[in-house]
Amino acid sequence: MGGFALALFWAPEDADQGFSQKIFYLHVPIALTAYACFGFGAWKALRLLWLGDARYDLESYTAIHTGVIFGLLTLATGSIWAKISWGHWWTWGERQLVLFLILFLFYSSYFMLRYSTEPGSRRMRNSAVYALFGVVLIPVSFLAVRIAGTILHPTIFTHEGANLPGSMLFAFCVCLAGMLALAATLYRLELAGKRVDASLRELRELLA
Amino acid sequence: MTSAEKYVTGAYLVFLAALLLYVVLIALKVTRLEQELGEVARAAREKAGG
Repeated sequence: MGGFALALFWAPEDADQGFSQKIFYLHVPIALTAYACFGFGAWKALRLLWLGDARYDLESYTAIHTGVIFGLLTLATGSIWAKISWGHWWTWGERQLVLFLILFLFYSSYFMLRYSTEPGSRRMRNSAVYALFGVVLIPVSFLAVRIAGTILHPTIFTHEGANLPGSMLFAFCVCLAGMLALAATLYRLELAGKRVDASLRELRELLA
Repeated sequence: MTSAEKYVTGAYLVFLAALLLYVVLIALKVTRLEQELGEVARAAREKAGG
C-alpha cells in the first residue's frame, strides 16, 4: 500500500504516457511476481524429482497456484493498460502478450493434469515434470519484448540499466518488494491451510 | 476525472478486489478447518473415553 501511495502521489508523471503510466507500478510487479511464483514452483518440482521428498509436491502446487492468481491479475491489469495506451483490450500481434498468455494457460492446465490422476507418487512425478517444462517459457516470455523489438510494448529495463528517473525507480522497487512479500504471505497461508487439511484427513482416517 | 484516471483507478480496484476476495476465501477455509478440527477432537475424546 505504501508503494502504491508513492506511485500514485509521489512519483512524477511520465512525460510520454502521462497519468496512465501509473499502472506500471501495479502491472509490472504483479507480472514479475507471477514469474517468480512459477519459477519457485518449478524449483520445488525439481527438488521433488531430485530428492523424492513428498512435501515438495504440495509446495510446488501451492507456488503454481499463487502464480496463476498473479498471472490472471497480470492479464487483467495489462489489458487495462493496453486499452488506455493502444485503444485495444488485447492485441495478438505482440509476442510478449501472447507468450505470457501461453505461459498462463500452460500453468492453468497444470491443475487439470494434476486432478486427472489419482493421488500418489505418479501424480507427484507427472505434476513435477509438467511444472519443470513450463519453466522454459519463463525466460522466453520475459525476453520476448526484447526479441520482438516492436514499439508497442515498452522496454523499461535494458542492459544499460533502468530507463527511469530515480524517484520512479524507487517507487517501483517498493511496489515490487511489497508484491513479492504479499505473494510470499499468500503462499505461506495457503500452504499452511493445505498442510492442516492433509493432517486432518490423516487423523480422521486413524480415528475411523 | 479523465479517461486515463478512470482506467488507472479501475486497475488498482481490480487488484484490491482480488486481494479482498482471496482474504474472504482464506477466512472461509480457516472457518471450515476450525469446524473439522472440532469434529476430529470430539471423535478422539469419544474414542479415548471408550
